[in-house]
Amino acid sequence: MLIKDIKELLDAEFLAGYEYAEREVNAAFGCDLMSDVLAFVDDKVVLLTGLTNPQVIRTAEMLDLNAIVFVRGKIPPKEVIDLANEMKIVLLATNHTLYTACGILFSNGLKGITIGGVEG
Amino acid sequence: MDSNKNNIGIKLEYEVKKDDFTRAGEASSNIKKVLRQLGIDSDVIRRTAIATYEAEINIVIHSEGGTITVYIKPDRIEMIAEDSGPGIEDVRLAMQEGFSTASNKIRELGFGAGMGLPNMKKYTDEFYIDSQKGGSTTVKMTIYI
Ligand SMILES: Nc1ncnc2c1ncn2[C@@H]1O[C@H](COP(=O)(O)OP(=O)(O)OP(=O)(O)O)[C@@H](O)[C@H]1O
Ligand SMILES: [Mg+2]
Repeated sequence: MLIKDIKELLDAEFLAGYEYAEREVNAAFGCDLMSDVLAFVDDKVVLLTGLTNPQVIRTAEMLDLNAIVFVRGKIPPKEVIDLANEMKIVLLATNHTLYTACGILFSNGLKGITIGGVEG
Repeated sequence: MDSNKNNIGIKLEYEVKKDDFTRAGEASSNIKKVLRQLGIDSDVIRRTAIATYEAEINIVIHSEGGTITVYIKPDRIEMIAEDSGPGIEDVRLAMQEGFSTASNKIRELGFGAGMGLPNMKKYTDEFYIDSQKGGSTTVKMTIYI
């Protein structure tokens, strides 16, 4: 799924990286615990989260993730957006909750990641 | 950062401050950049970045502050995270997935899954931890290139 499709499906707005709207992601992961993200996630995955602190961007950076969706209408502070721009990471913001946002993407064909043979 | 080339390879050293959540991750970010400039394999870079990042965050959250030192050698990357206490009471327990003493405030920041030490072990080829309550904690990790 392309980033621009995710934006449309979630009625989201770009906070950073709109020039990368054509990037493709293969799966999604919804989580507010950064070490769980670090444990399970590969690149080409979009992270959906309600956290908006700099550590979310750092986590994405370590994993080479190229997109993050902030849910529940949360907007990160400017320094977080600046950091994402510097790291060339796409930031989207949606008013949907984590559950609904994940559900919308899943029902439109974007699968979860695989953990121990089970789709998560 | 202190970087010099000699027979031990390249040495990178970073001071990590306690409770400094805005700068937490900068050391690992920098290490990642250096590895990329050296043209190291991307999977090795990712595993190194995750391991140093988890170690860096643990120093910020759980310790009085410390240092992260990385040696980049022709055949391997060695990482040493050392802090000045307060140490871990039961290292075996701390190594279990899901064990965490993180406060609610820390959990709100997205940490405290109890996955950091298990992640470091999982993503590195050699993992060694030494800690006593009241003393310092040292984590040594190696990834073969
Ligand atoms: N450098 C350290 N100094 C003192 N205690 C530590 C240190 N590193 C880890 N610990 C202890 O070990 C526990 C487990 O660490 P681990 O990194 O696995 O999980 P966490 O930091 O609590 O959560 P997560 O890493 O998933 O965000 C910590 O909760 C803490 O009690
Ligand atoms: Mg940790």
